[in-house]
Amino acid sequence: MDYRDSAEEADFRQRLRAWLVDHNPHLGHSSISDAYWEGQPAWHQALYDAGFFGTSWPVEVGGQGLSTVYDVIVDEELAAAGAPPRPSLGYLVLGLLEHGSPELQQRFLPGIVSGRERWCQGFSEPDAGSDLANLRTKAVRDGDEYVIDGQKIWTSYSDLADWCLVLARTDPEVRPHKGISAFVVAMDQPGIEQRPLKMINGITREFGEVFFDGARVPAENMVGAPGDGWALAMTVVSHEREPAELGFASRYSKTVKELVAMVRQDVAGHTEHLDELGWAIVESEMLRLHVSRRLSERLDGIVHGPYGSADKLLMTWTEQTVGHAALAVGGTGHGDSDDTWLRLYLYSRAQSVMGGTSQIQRNLVAQRILGLPA
Amino acid sequence: MDVRLSSEQKALRDAAAQLVERLGPGSVAALGDAERHDKLEAAVAGAGWRELREADDDGNPYASAVEVALVAEELSRGLADVPFLGPVLASELRRRAGVEAPATLETVALTADLSALAAGVDVPVGTLALDAAGAATALLLIGDGGVPVLGRTMVTPLADQHVDLTRTTGAVAATAAGVGGAQLSADDMTRWAAFGTAIASAELLGIMRGALDTTVAYAKTRKQYGTAIGSFQAVQHLLADVHVLIEGARSLVQHAAWAADALEPAEALTAASLAKAYTARAARTACETAIQVHGGIGNTWECLAHVYLRRAFLSIDVLGGARTHLRNVLSGFGVV
Repeated sequence: MDYRDSAEEADFRQRLRAWLVDHNPHLGHSSISDAYWEGQPAWHQALYDAGFFGTSWPVEVGGQGLSTVYDVIVDEELAAAGAPPRPSLGYLVLGLLEHGSPELQQRFLPGIVSGRERWCQGFSEPDAGSDLANLRTKAVRDGDEYVIDGQKIWTSYSDLADWCLVLARTDPEVRPHKGISAFVVAMDQPGIEQRPLKMINGITREFGEVFFDGARVPAENMVGAPGDGWALAMTVVSHEREPAELGFASRYSKTVKELVAMVRQDVAGHTEHLDELGWAIVESEMLRLHVSRRLSERLDGIVHGPYGSADKLLMTWTEQTVGHAALAVGGTGHGDSDDTWLRLYLYSRAQSVMGGTSQIQRNLVAQRILGLPA
Repeated sequence: MDVRLSSEQKALRDAAAQLVERLGPGSVAALGDAERHDKLEAAVAGAGWRELREADDDGNPYASAVEVALVAEELSRGLADVPFLGPVLASELRRRAGVEAPATLETVALTADLSALAAGVDVPVGTLALDAAGAATALLLIGDGGVPVLGRTMVTPLADQHVDLTRTTGAVAATAAGVGGAQLSADDMTRWAAFGTAIASAELLGIMRGALDTTVAYAKTRKQYGTAIGSFQAVQHLLADVHVLIEGARSLVQHAAWAADALEPAEALTAASLAKAYTARAARTACETAIQVHGGIGNTWECLAHVYLRRAFLSIDVLGGARTHLRNVLSGFGVV
């Protein structure tokens, strides 16, 4: 057991630290700034081109085939420099690596990993949130293509996306889980319309609704076989819960660092906030070290499966503890033009919903890990 | 970076787990089973786990704090009612001071609130010896100001145990004597505090696991409305939260144990305080949940739930609880 860098890891850390001096775009907090999402594609590509993103993925799809623990170094250094987090799309990469054909992987993975092609994920629908298998968007075969009709919601970054990983019902006759297929659909076409959703913290660029009205997708863009969509969805959502995959630990550490700096400037004025700041430090350090442990366990080839649900709850508690500290230290900002901390807090409320609600994660922990009866 | 346990560490953990599975008190009634207790005492003594921090020929401990934490966790998970933390903390002090182990079991003497090592040739009233069962002597500090000097006093186990039903505290003699003038540097004392805090946190991790295991087993068998109560989401969500707290606690405890040997003293103490603040809070939640899910039975003396809670209170208070360590964390991060 050693939390320290190996010689190679230390070299990687030094190179990243040096690179960040000149290449930190100093974007606002990812969770509260529309401007962030306008600058994020360039940040993704720069981070990738410099060799600091996607390091653990296979060389054939644009990765470097390095050990998974390099992502811990990336998270730590990005937080220390106050740089944006690494792109949160590992779950798409892992989903396609597990379920896509070699041809599909070759066509699409290098673009996702490098950030040159932008992706969104069309899973949730108005009547299929936690109950995802209830989805109604349908795909009907028409020659060499499928025609898609329906509606998706909570589609992150759909306005920037070139491609959407869409779950659609291809067989209405079989049981709900069996009739779902997955497609890689081009977003730039007449049959697709998007509408942004304004969230409680005022941002409009993160979540959207996507309407499919006769959108077309080549049959060869189906991931796996007809009816394999549910299996892909389960792989994607299980990794979508993992802080190790999302890189959010760096977001929390960055915020905590800012709050610490604020309090240090006026400790007497923040006496009432020290407990909340203290717990925010404890939780964010816990998550950083938890990611180190999980990524090390992956060296054994462990796939964490339902443990992702436990990790998502840890991540959620961390984000919301940090959110409370931000509100305490920064204040709600009554009569102030800067409501950064209020907005950061408000965003934290979404963490217990997005990627599967905390209620659902608790069901999964209780039934799949503790073995309690369903 | 590779923070996996080695195969030797896993084997040590499994050996401790198997021992308490076999000889730990599986019920409140079994706490009074002297034959079982004596077998457990003999087995723990024979395993040499209390000597893991004694000096080898080069003056280094036989095992790292990671190994000690694994044993502490498993012994606490199984409510092992024999000394471990006290003797280990004593051997850590002796090794740092370059003092030989006495022939009889030795522990440490702590302040009345258990938050620090006791100090004074005239031992303050209320000073308590940790893990006093079978211990003849306890270590503390003597000397006023300047460099701390190791001292030793006599121990008398207390007859009545009010808090932790699995570990005996002891009264100590009114005076202490020096142990060959053995000195401890400020760094030694910081490292000792970091080590002890990390091991107490590991105990809390084990207590949380034991409380959860016991409660999950109960929720699978106890029926109401014709079905196991563990099938109800209201119950499942309480237990799921405890599992999640255990996972978070493990990540901090493992790091704190590693840090106790590997990092600089101040960093090691911050790592330990992160673990202790988290586990002190989480363990109370875990044990209170155990009482809640056991229902009325959980509030009776015969249910193990309160035994876990009571054991947790000792581990929480040894070298300071959540509030103390939250302040240490703020200090470690330069806030106060």
